[in-house]
Amino acid sequence: MSLAKKYPKEVKQILSKYPPEGKRSAVMPLLFLAQREEGYVNKEAMQDIAKIVDITETDVAAIVGFYTLYHDKKEGKYRMQVCTDLPCALRGADKFMEDLCGNLGIKVGETTEDGFVTLEAVTCLAACDKAPMFQTQGPDGIKYHENMTVDKTMELVHTLKNAIGGGK
Amino acid sequence: MAHILLRHREIPDINKLNVYKKNGGLAAFKNAVTKMKPNDVTDVVKNSGLRGRGGAGFPTGMKWSFIDNKNWPHYVVANADESEPGTFKDREIMESNPFQFIEGLALASYAVGANAAYIYLRGEFWEVAAFLDEKIAELEAEGYLGEKLFGTDYSLKIYTHLGAGAYICGEETALLESLEGKRGQPRVRPPFPPSYGLYGKPTIINNVETFTNVPVIMANGADWYKAMGTADSAGVKIFSLSGRVRKPGNYELPFGTTFRELIYTHGGGVQDSHKVKAIMPAGASSSLIVVDDDKVLDTPMDYANVRTLKAELGSASVIVVDETVSLDWLINKTVHFFKHESCGKCTPCREGTYWMSNITERIHAGHGTNADVDLLLNVAKQMQGKCLCALGDFSTTAVVTSIERFRQDFDKAVKA
Repeated sequence: MSLAKKYPKEVKQILSKYPPEGKRSAVMPLLFLAQREEGYVNKEAMQDIAKIVDITETDVAAIVGFYTLYHDKKEGKYRMQVCTDLPCALRGADKFMEDLCGNLGIKVGETTEDGFVTLEAVTCLAACDKAPMFQTQGPDGIKYHENMTVDKTMELVHTLKNAIGGGK
Repeated sequence: MAHILLRHREIPDINKLNVYKKNGGLAAFKNAVTKMKPNDVTDVVKNSGLRGRGGAGFPTGMKWSFIDNKNWPHYVVANADESEPGTFKDREIMESNPFQFIEGLALASYAVGANAAYIYLRGEFWEVAAFLDEKIAELEAEGYLGEKLFGTDYSLKIYTHLGAGAYICGEETALLESLEGKRGQPRVRPPFPPSYGLYGKPTIINNVETFTNVPVIMANGADWYKAMGTADSAGVKIFSLSGRVRKPGNYELPFGTTFRELIYTHGGGVQDSHKVKAIMPAGASSSLIVVDDDKVLDTPMDYANVRTLKAELGSASVIVVDETVSLDWLINKTVHFFKHESCGKCTPCREGTYWMSNITERIHAGHGTNADVDLLLNVAKQMQGKCLCALGDFSTTAVVTSIERFRQDFDKAVKA
């Protein structure tokens, strides 16, 4: 089903934020809308968005490629994005990441076997005083998790799994 | 002294509209719209000495006065892209004192005759954007935003807009490109946004913290504000303190507070009682300040005095580096950051950050030689002054100052 048919209210609301000559501005909020369910933007959605804002599909794909929060392929249900940038690293983020890899049984960039968590190292998330920290990007949007330990993180994974039945 | 920006530290529920109003909130905006000419608002801000809090420190009122009045409509954009490693103040403002920020944005919009304003938040601030949307809706419901405000002809709508993960979008023209639905790549300047901004229309862009200062300046007057801080840097600043300190966090202090007071009195000193080795006062874009005697720690933090230490205050994101940290490790981190965030538009930055990261990685892995350190310094210096926007230069600052000021760390890290 096309994006406009699936989310008519949301699409209309997004378009209403911008003047007619600035319709293209809607491309980024529309991409967030498109990846809400599956966690990535498929080709069909890119075509839909191109039509809605009157730009080419290539232009849409270029936006997806440029920004790190858009994804063009399916990975874990939740992306766990750990900040390992300088201020967090000065407060133990690298060690936290290493331990987390051990506990999840995956390396940075990999997805757990059950398809639930993809672990990623990201740049500064503006929470330098609350390291170690990460954000989750999943069906419930983007959420911050601060002052974390590995135990607390594994507990979170468990809670999230129970909440939505887990896996693919 | 009571906070004037982080007011939730004294009034925890100031993020509720009735509490904000009870504490004087929105009176300045109503007064401006009903009793003041737009230019008079700009004049008060000009006289207050307020300078932009995003890093560049440009005089705010002067920027507003540059708006091109021959070309309409006008826009105002709040830069809430907060992405400099070590900076986390705007998020606290928006989460905890949102109405003061929005009121400042509204005052700026009135001052330059804008009927629409956008808050551009980094995509990671998903929850903050949803929160601000609620606050904006409350203001509309009570007649503080929307059509024909307070019975006048002035109308104002404010919208949030989420980015999607790109440090470069904090650069104002890249932000505009992104807000227009394009890749966030900087424009060639001039023209500057006050004449050619969003959708090609005159646009004023300021940082969240800058806007948050405006309501208290309008309420208390320019002289009241100027009485705080130093001659060169008026008012208060939120210092984001991070790194190897016991109590990292945001500290709102007058300009001119010393590094020592920030790090030891407020930050509780260095972890494990180590000594401060270096300070990065402007996040990952900083020059490394060598802390080799007490005088350095006693330097007042304002734009002019930090310059005497051969560094910039920038966004006042103070990262404390102690003696356990080796600078070859540190610049490997910063260079990786800038390589990741380089937008790819101009060659010196795109290629330079790539080559710098190859070398810093090699040195950090213990495979480097002295010649590599010289090569790294050479690449960094070759980039300076040749990039399209500030990001390219910023990527070299920590590299050059680390090698020049802490060469011994690199000598230790490389093979003889």
